[in-house]
Amino acid sequence: MRQGKGPDVMTMPVSKLLVANRGEIARRVFRTCRSLGIATVAVFSDADASAPFVAEADEAVHLPGSAPSETYLRGDLVIAAAHATGADALHPGYGFLSENADFAQAVHYAGLTWVGPPAEAIAAMGSKLRSKELMRAAGVPCLPSWTAPTEATGFPMLVKASAGGGGRGMRIVRSADELDEAFEGAQREALSAFGDGTVFLERYVERPRHIEVQVVADTHGNTVALFERDCSIQRRHQKVIEEAPSPAVSEELRAALSDAAVAAARAVSYEGVGTVEFVLDPSGEFFFLEMNTRLQVEHPVTELVTGLDLVAVQIAVARGEALPAEALSPTLAGHAVEARLYAEDASYLPQTGTLSLVEFPHGVRVDSGVETGSVVGVHYDAMLAKVVAHGATREEASARLADALDRARLHGVVTNRDLLVSVLRSSEWLENDVDTGFLDRHEMPAPSAEVHQIHCLAAALASAATRTSAFPSGWRNVPSQAQTTSYDGVVVEYDQRSDGLHASVDGNTLTVRLWSASPYAVDLSVSGVRRRYDVALGETTYVDSALGHSALVEDARFPVPGNALAAGSLTAPMPGTVLRVTVAVGDEVKAGDALVVLEAMKMEHGVKAVDDGTVTAVLVEEGGQVDAGAVLVIVTPD
Amino acid sequence: MTVLTSRPDVLSDDRRMAMLEQLALVSAELDKARAGGGKKYTARHLARGKLLPRQRIELLLDRDTPFLELMPVAAYGSPFPVGGSLVCGIGKVEGVDCMLMANDPTVRGGASNPWSARKTGRAMDIVRENRLPLIFLVESGGADLPTQAEIFIPGGAMFRNLTQLSAAGIPTIALVFGNSTAGGAYVPGMSDYVVMVREKAKVFLGGPPLVKMATGEESDDESLGGAEMHARVSGLADQLAEDEVDCIRLGRDVVRRLNIPARPVPASIAPRYDEEGLLAIASTDLRVPFDPRDVLARVVDDSDFDEFKPLYGSSLVTGWARIHGYPVGVLANARGVLFSEESEKAAQFIQLANSSDTPLLFLQNTTGYMVGKEYEQDGIIKDGAKMINAVANSTVPHITVVIGASYGAGNYGMCGRAFNPRFLFSWPHAKSAVMGPAQLAGVLSIVGRQSAESRGLPYDEEQDAAMRQLVETQIEAESLALANSGRVYDDGIIDPRDTRTVLGLCLAVVNATEFRGVRGGFGVFRM
Repeated sequence: MRQGKGPDVMTMPVSKLLVANRGEIARRVFRTCRSLGIATVAVFSDADASAPFVAEADEAVHLPGSAPSETYLRGDLVIAAAHATGADALHPGYGFLSENADFAQAVHYAGLTWVGPPAEAIAAMGSKLRSKELMRAAGVPCLPSWTAPTEATGFPMLVKASAGGGGRGMRIVRSADELDEAFEGAQREALSAFGDGTVFLERYVERPRHIEVQVVADTHGNTVALFERDCSIQRRHQKVIEEAPSPAVSEELRAALSDAAVAAARAVSYEGVGTVEFVLDPSGEFFFLEMNTRLQVEHPVTELVTGLDLVAVQIAVARGEALPAEALSPTLAGHAVEARLYAEDASYLPQTGTLSLVEFPHGVRVDSGVETGSVVGVHYDAMLAKVVAHGATREEASARLADALDRARLHGVVTNRDLLVSVLRSSEWLENDVDTGFLDRHEMPAPSAEVHQIHCLAAALASAATRTSAFPSGWRNVPSQAQTTSYDGVVVEYDQRSDGLHASVDGNTLTVRLWSASPYAVDLSVSGVRRRYDVALGETTYVDSALGHSALVEDARFPVPGNALAAGSLTAPMPGTVLRVTVAVGDEVKAGDALVVLEAMKMEHGVKAVDDGTVTAVLVEEGGQVDAGAVLVIVTPD
Repeated sequence: MTVLTSRPDVLSDDRRMAMLEQLALVSAELDKARAGGGKKYTARHLARGKLLPRQRIELLLDRDTPFLELMPVAAYGSPFPVGGSLVCGIGKVEGVDCMLMANDPTVRGGASNPWSARKTGRAMDIVRENRLPLIFLVESGGADLPTQAEIFIPGGAMFRNLTQLSAAGIPTIALVFGNSTAGGAYVPGMSDYVVMVREKAKVFLGGPPLVKMATGEESDDESLGGAEMHARVSGLADQLAEDEVDCIRLGRDVVRRLNIPARPVPASIAPRYDEEGLLAIASTDLRVPFDPRDVLARVVDDSDFDEFKPLYGSSLVTGWARIHGYPVGVLANARGVLFSEESEKAAQFIQLANSSDTPLLFLQNTTGYMVGKEYEQDGIIKDGAKMINAVANSTVPHITVVIGASYGAGNYGMCGRAFNPRFLFSWPHAKSAVMGPAQLAGVLSIVGRQSAESRGLPYDEEQDAAMRQLVETQIEAESLALANSGRVYDDGIIDPRDTRTVLGLCLAVVNATEFRGVRGGFGVFRM
């Protein structure tokens, strides 16, 4: 039941598609291209030369440099790459150039098919202030907002970058005295992140849920809402767990949201795949936030509950085809939950390194930018993969996703996996007690000392298995003590005697029976419960078992004197650029003072004094690059 | 290839229980050795932030590798504490088999007593014969002054030995953790490599009191022999270690730079019978014979034993096997007595082993060469002499395990201590003596009776019985494995279940040396 505009609709070719992006989204688009018989082209930076998405493309073009500004943000180079490879279409993915109207226009002028919305729609929605005016005019409910701090009334309020997305530059202001500083800080960050320092203020909803509606529109006049997604689990205003449908949305509310979203899309003559984001008040009132004129990171949850391939829909629309029947009359089946796996620590600090092992169990959808051996660097977003589970119910999907994450093998880089699992298994999540402040309240269960001890023992036994000979391990005719090793100070003693293994960790004797041990796996009973412990030995040793996951660093058996850091050394928590050094030698500092500000992964990180004291050495300069662990400043405590 | 069959009925619970009792007796003595100088001195030592000798050894050894402690009950039966105030043994450091010798400073300050000297001497013999790098973990106050008369003169041999080892290209390393004074100062003095622990090592010929007595000079420990002084001024120390762990690290670094290539480890197959059975084969009553093939079935690779001359001289079993992949020729007593046939068979077998450069393993359970008119007239002395001749002049490595009795000249023919096997171990119930206690007492009784008769005197039967009892008790006590091990007549008492492991470790050591069997200028004599 196509409602075509008629023969004036142009048919555009998509036979060879260049993805002006990287990582998981490039792979995601390529996957659909494969299924449609479309040839693929990647562009890649220096840092991505060995990335999986490059290898998966039929052809690839090198964009010299690593910074986004030198590479993935260089529209001219990307278009040149399309010409060089004979690509006839370009997909921008998300981020980078995806919401750059000038670029969309340039692609069009270059004679390429733009797999995205019209440049005018991007431009209209790109300005948050202008888009709100358009939405108000179209009858879409909007939050009150102001452009200057002097006009703003009523706290709390939110400062946001006009050009931004993904939460960068956002600040919550709860009182008048914080306002000016937050406004200026947001301006600075917006300028650095987007090249545009324009920011604005708006009403802030307490305990809000983030609800967004997927819309698709073709060039034949069809605009359809593909239900909503709930993205309320956020950290630092960035989404972490998303689901569809929202457990907070009734049928009536769904209809209202869909109507509003369709109205929003129509107001800008939208074509293609887009997302209209709303903030949902606990009372059920919702307000337009913004429209993302691109494919969203979290689009897979919609795909799983509707059975649609949204990239295929994008390509169809770009070709000038009408929406398929399944999109025109979408159905909602079951429940889908997505978790974003980030390389970050418990404080959300981005982590880097080489992923020595990446493995996910079957039964879930994994959209991953990385695989075993991939290097996670400082240049781009820290998201490694999206893991998405589908189930008949929210509980089933959540359980399946938590289990898959728990069983995944993720070695080499610290990730937010434990956080994701703990959220998905928390009673608050399962009882739908969710809002965007969820993670600020959520307490990670304290790591179990006992599990850590058992994992240390497993690591020690796997390590011992690398040193087996024809003789019994650690054999003594006059035994006097056990073999000893330690991991971050946790002392493991083990003795493999003819009557079996004897072991203790940190002085606690464990009741153990060793069934087998290899350098890769230890089959061990502890207190009568037999488990398999997968061990990956290395500079950092990883132990995975039904008890959880541990990353262990074995203490040097023979520490070399003089290698220890000088007392009071403050080190870089990650590789990055030194943005500011706020102290000089001789300065008195207080514990908690930020002495050096690093920029890494587009975020600022203050390195703070641990004790009160005097600065006795400053080892870095502003603008310098530092590696993780590098000593920045030495403070001699008072 | 002939795989031995060992019937389950050779194993007996009674024998197993009796053997475990014997092991418990040995274990009680090992406990004394492990306890060193006892709780008080151990606590004091630890309170000084120092490691115990066994802790030092454990840290020096490569992780999870075996360590064969030698002569752990030296000084048993003497007035000195069990262990001889030394811990020594063979283990891997940086992949190299080394002899480790550690003073036990909790035993009278680690002072050397006559048993320490014997133990040291034997360890040095092993080092020399097997070309093992020697690592001395030094902390000793020198000679035990009350017994200086017994050690001063012979004790000098240690320093001569040290430098002769060095001259022979055997590396000697001294890690000095504490005092190493007077004569002891020559341990680092005579070693190739010396590491001293800062503020702990004290190496001088005479301490402040002796210097004061000798010359009137006022001095202190640090300027006379501190580690820092020796590292910076005298040059006696090559490396200055920050602490004990650092000293061990530096010691390991020395071994790593000795450029001793790793030896290939031969492939091996475990025996087909559980070594646990080794507890239940031999009776602690040495009059009860047992078949050494049941032992070999639990010791040799794949229980595979090709017997030589199985039908000839059958009270001595000879044959070829591998242990942990290393080939060996085995001589094992089957029914105690050695007759002419057994002696000649042994002599021929030893010649063959020399011809093929195969090390020999002696499993002793012998009551000696047969006596009696018939045997003397048949030339048992000549035939026994052939065997002793062959054993004495054989140049392949020998390893001996006393798995039962070792009496009379059988001890010699089966390569007892005097015949310099590279290693000699005993099972806990083993006994070694010139003859059995009852026989020896009986002989004395007969001789006494004959003497009385020849002088026409009456023989006091009551006194005779008392004498026999006394002699039997004394000989029994002297012939016990613990007593012989205490005298350093063996290298240690082993749990029978460890036999294969111990032999494998020793064979790895001897096979790392170059050896060649004797070639006599004649063919092998068929006897």
